Amino acid sequence: MTELSHIGISHFLTLSAILFTLGVFGIFRNRRNVIVILMSVELILLSVTMNMVTFSAYLNDLTGQVFSMFILTVAAAEAAIGLAILVVFFRNRGSIAVEDISALKG
Amino acid sequence: MTEFIAPAFSPAYPEIFLAIMAMILLMLGVSTDKEDYRSISRFSILSLIAVGMVVIRLYEGGVTTFGGMFVVDGFSSFMKVLVLFGAAVSIGMATRYARRERIMRFEYPVLILFSTLGMMLMISANDLMALYMGLELQSLPLYVLAAMQRDSVRSTEAGLKYFILGALSSGILLYGMSLLYGYTGTTQFAGLAAAFESFSHGGVPLGVMTGMVLLMCGMAFKISAVPFHMWTPDVYEGSPTSVTAFFAIVPKIAALALMARILTGPFGNMVLHWQQVIILLSVASMVLGAVAAIGQRNIKRMLAYSSIGHMGYALSGLCAANQTGVQAVLVYAAIYMVMSMGAFAFVLMMKRKDRMVEDIYDLSGLSKTQPMMALGMAVIMFSMAGIPPLAGFFGKLYIFQAVVNAQLYMLAVIGVLSSVVAAYYYLRVIKVMYFDAEDEALDAQEDRGLNLVMMLSSLSLVTFILVPAPLITAARLAAETLLR
Repeated sequence: MTELSHIGISHFLTLSAILFTLGVFGIFRNRRNVIVILMSVELILLSVTMNMVTFSAYLNDLTGQVFSMFILTVAAAEAAIGLAILVVFFRNRGSIAVEDISALKG
Repeated sequence: MTEFIAPAFSPAYPEIFLAIMAMILLMLGVSTDKEDYRSISRFSILSLIAVGMVVIRLYEGGVTTFGGMFVVDGFSSFMKVLVLFGAAVSIGMATRYARRERIMRFEYPVLILFSTLGMMLMISANDLMALYMGLELQSLPLYVLAAMQRDSVRSTEAGLKYFILGALSSGILLYGMSLLYGYTGTTQFAGLAAAFESFSHGGVPLGVMTGMVLLMCGMAFKISAVPFHMWTPDVYEGSPTSVTAFFAIVPKIAALALMARILTGPFGNMVLHWQQVIILLSVASMVLGAVAAIGQRNIKRMLAYSSIGHMGYALSGLCAANQTGVQAVLVYAAIYMVMSMGAFAFVLMMKRKDRMVEDIYDLSGLSKTQPMMALGMAVIMFSMAGIPPLAGFFGKLYIFQAVVNAQLYMLAVIGVLSSVVAAYYYLRVIKVMYFDAEDEALDAQEDRGLNLVMMLSSLSLVTFILVPAPLITAARLAAETLLR
């Protein structure tokens, strides 16, 4: 029953495709809070990292793992900048609800 | 244990120098007591110019280094010179505005330097990994720059919107890259091209197609092609005007360069597969850029839609997927840059009773109160509309020639029609300036630099017809190295 060898590359790829889709939907369907959007962005990056590592193991090639290291680093920098901008926005607007991001409209 | 051999650094000297300069200026800015904006911005401009000189001096035909991740060729040198020039001018244009709007912090020019460094890396990228790092180094400072005016709701909101959509687009781009890596086993552009060549005999796997489309979507975000343009008008309107000028002038050129390199390099054997997507993006951008700008009263928003339209024209040149197409895109990019420099120098000069104004109808009767300023803007608007004999006309002409030569007749027809529609809102600005009843006059210009930028820009748009050769030849040489 516990045969992990049944878990193949397609399972990993499906999982990361699901995570990616969840992340994209989290950005577009979310109407409440910007923090949720930031989490969705992280989810997208996570799914990509998993894709990279899976392919890297499957192809027996290190490039994918090196790439995933870079993605992790950039994700950290991106989250820092995103939160910083969010804090500044909150100071001006007093809210981080998605419907309050509405001063600019055409 | 294999011996470690250092890669050749010399092709990357301009980037290394710029990185060191940016870090030195950052340290200087932090350590001096009073935040010395002026000297930091002056040093930034000087180092951008110096880097530009080095790029020209180091011009080499097709050298790769860092394990094939970094390429220097005529194309990259041409684009880097454009980017560096644009960045230097936009730092110079910002000084007075930054003082007025109290965003005179030393981080401003330093962030522009870092972003420019990212763009140079992006232009020289020869590997998906290098591309991603360059792209992020370019984007992250841009998010901060958009939110530079910390006490303004509009500016911080622009930054937040730009950040969210930018992060989403990099995520989509990355997912595409991961699929491409998985199906080809390499991230190098040369390796990808070889792998795609083998696909072109059999069928192309679905994963590769998906990866390619996702990658193109991510890049379309960066050049704000429709349907990935939603952020552009808001970010352009909300950001401080000097930052908007930078957004309009520089990053689009770099992203266009990246797109040209990817579509002709690794995807060069898949033209039939990507051409449809790019045609769609191009048509949608041209049409929306023409139609949506008509109802805008805010000049920054109008210029945002206009830049979407211009990117549509540039993309249609890429659809041709041959040397004339790329050459036309390079010429168009250079002319677009000069036009938007002039237009934003004008917007930065629009103020009344010492307050910045942004409404098009604030310009009523400008030809009587500020004749020179009105004349300069009129030339720029005519050129953007593509009226001969100004440079903008020739930019469009080369693009449409390339498109027709590639037998994409419908694309050319739609392009010409949408440029006719777009002419309406460019000409409206001129009509307001020249034929509307005189409104209260705009303030007299005390900023010589901005005036100079606008005058030089409109002068070069007028004189392009007399001396087109330097730009055309440079673009041809650059396009030749890209499509060897």
